[in-house]
Amino acid sequence: MSLQNIKKYLRKDMFPHIWCPGCGNGIIMASLLRAIDALALDPDKVVVVSGIGCSGRISGYLDFNTVHTTHGRALAYATGIKLANPELTVIVAMGDGDGSAIGGNHLIHAARRNIDLTAILFNNSIYGMTGGQFSPLTPFEKRASTAPYGNVDHPFDLAPLVKSAGASFVARTTTFHVFNLQKYLERGIKKKGFSFIEVITGCPTFYGRYNKIGEGLDMIKYQKEHSITYDRAKNLSEEELADKIVVGVFQDIEKPEYISEYEKIIEREHHE
Amino acid sequence: MSKNVRLMQGNEALVEAAIMAGVRFFAGYPITPSSEIAEGFSKKLPRVGGKFIQMEDEIASMAATIGASIAGVKSVTATSGPGFSLKQENLGFGIMAEVPCLVVNVQRMGPSTGRPTKPSQGDIMQTRWGTHGDHPIVVLYPTTVPEVFKYTIEAINISERLRTPVIFLMDETLGHMREKVLLPEPDEIKVVNRKFPKVGKEDYLPYKPADDDVPVIAPFGKGYRYHITGLHHNYKGYPTTQPEEVEELTKRLLRKVERVLDDIFILNTYMYDDAEYVLYAYGITARIAKEAVNILREEGLKIGLLNPITIWPFHEDKIEGLLGGKKKVFVVELNSGQMKGEIERIYPRKDVIGINKLNAELINPYEIADHVREGLR
Amino acid sequence: MALKAKAKVDHIDINTSWCKGCGICIGMCPTQVLEFDERFKARVAHLEKCINCKLCELLCPELAVSVEEAENE
Repeated sequence: MSLQNIKKYLRKDMFPHIWCPGCGNGIIMASLLRAIDALALDPDKVVVVSGIGCSGRISGYLDFNTVHTTHGRALAYATGIKLANPELTVIVAMGDGDGSAIGGNHLIHAARRNIDLTAILFNNSIYGMTGGQFSPLTPFEKRASTAPYGNVDHPFDLAPLVKSAGASFVARTTTFHVFNLQKYLERGIKKKGFSFIEVITGCPTFYGRYNKIGEGLDMIKYQKEHSITYDRAKNLSEEELADKIVVGVFQDIEKPEYISEYEKIIEREHHE
Repeated sequence: MSKNVRLMQGNEALVEAAIMAGVRFFAGYPITPSSEIAEGFSKKLPRVGGKFIQMEDEIASMAATIGASIAGVKSVTATSGPGFSLKQENLGFGIMAEVPCLVVNVQRMGPSTGRPTKPSQGDIMQTRWGTHGDHPIVVLYPTTVPEVFKYTIEAINISERLRTPVIFLMDETLGHMREKVLLPEPDEIKVVNRKFPKVGKEDYLPYKPADDDVPVIAPFGKGYRYHITGLHHNYKGYPTTQPEEVEELTKRLLRKVERVLDDIFILNTYMYDDAEYVLYAYGITARIAKEAVNILREEGLKIGLLNPITIWPFHEDKIEGLLGGKKKVFVVELNSGQMKGEIERIYPRKDVIGINKLNAELINPYEIADHVREGLR
Repeated sequence: MALKAKAKVDHIDINTSWCKGCGICIGMCPTQVLEFDERFKARVAHLEKCINCKLCELLCPELAVSVEEAENE
């Protein structure tokens, strides 16, 4: 595993990328490439679909079949692509605004259908591209450009939400936990069914600055210090978990997958 | 011949025609008065190896329809006014990313929830300018159930040829009306399929236009790895901020449709050549206007019908030519005069008279005749 | 993975045209191998201290750091 192994998947003429110094998105992108390399996927059969915002730019950097769609709708586009050609491995990249606000409905419905997609949610707790407004994943009382006195919205606890919506595989980790990140991405891609990997990533430009966490390095250290595993978190109270990031695998089950079920209908009814 | 004659609703005819034109994917969301289209596809598509999905909303339906087409499968979505409003952003993506598909709007009366089960032609301007930004649009609008069948195939063919979403407008009345349709044999119809790249993978530029201004874009998964974006982009498909590339793309999108206007502009006439007066009507209203022509002709009035099937783009030169020398134009619409404004741009305003109805009821031929007589007084 | 015996590091390649100087590699390195150069980009200062944990490479958001191992002899 070295950088050379994953550089072949990059559109090098698009680099350096547009993400700010210290932004964690590039760490997630590199981890995804290591996962794809470890699984030895055929690049011709890999599709990366992204939405709008900072995370949305990932599709442009990767030498696969890539689509940079509209805000929040990446999962809906991906659903059409995967249905039309199930032999493609379809990976969906979304931000927290993308995936939990404007596209929140698509997220829970893709999970409910259990369609064989791998969704990665880049959770930087803020709208970065538009200048640092709070998102549905901005923690309570934290600051943002539209929450100058502290956020009075409560955030979603997204991983459990997607689990209860019906996904086959659900995990949460951070950009600090790069080994787990790669491992979860591999497991998600391999899983026949809807996989959801929420990755806590630093936005030093807005979230870090507004909330006095510091630069990209400080945000990674923050992730390291505030993370707690899913198993350990089970025995802790809400107060004890207040500023914790619960990481680990929330769900990993086998259940009927949407396209496989639909193809059974075709097998029965197809008379052409 | 009689073995292929079927009594069908407009909504059913659309499903049959689309499948015959090669459609193998439908994504939609239930809405009156278009739901029979979704129901039809849910039943018919698996039988031909295709797929149907009922999405969580109209926005997702439009997105999934474009997604399936990106993977190379001819795809359709269908809706009515409120849903059509919701589809607009992703429709614009389809135009910008040059992804063929058919978007059906079986109109009901708006604004808002309006009169869901009743006819109206209020979406004429929305089909033209519903999505933001300068963009080309092709809209076909049939008048009878056999025409629904015929022009559905035509609309899908135009979409594949020009690599742009095509809108198919219908009236509530036409969606639900049953008429006799003569179903052709597959070898009796012309089906257009999108082109596949002939260049090697190394030299491939997905958004470099061919001589007809239409790029040759490979389906995903065939080894031509490339990028699709709703941002202005260069030949590689990568985002661009270069003013000259932005302008070239914007102009080419418009030009690829404009240059084939003569081919895609379908117009039917009735008793037109010797007519001194003109009824200009489309959709269900055109069919009613035809009967009004019969009534007025019996009274000795030389009147004829101009019925565009392709309502957008508006073929100014052709329509201006056809209206030349006529004394007055009556534009019959179940709206407040959306198309009348277009006619007024190319014809003396004082001689353009609107015949409009806005109560969610069809107009009848006698009402049209009355309005014409009044207009001539 | 991180605990396995490591091959010796030959050199650490830093692509300075991609490096934006965020300092994550410098700050996360457990043995202070890296430092900022005069343009505030990362550079190798003490290769001899490198334990080949590859954190700098794995955590670099720019895909600009590559830990190159010595060829097996």
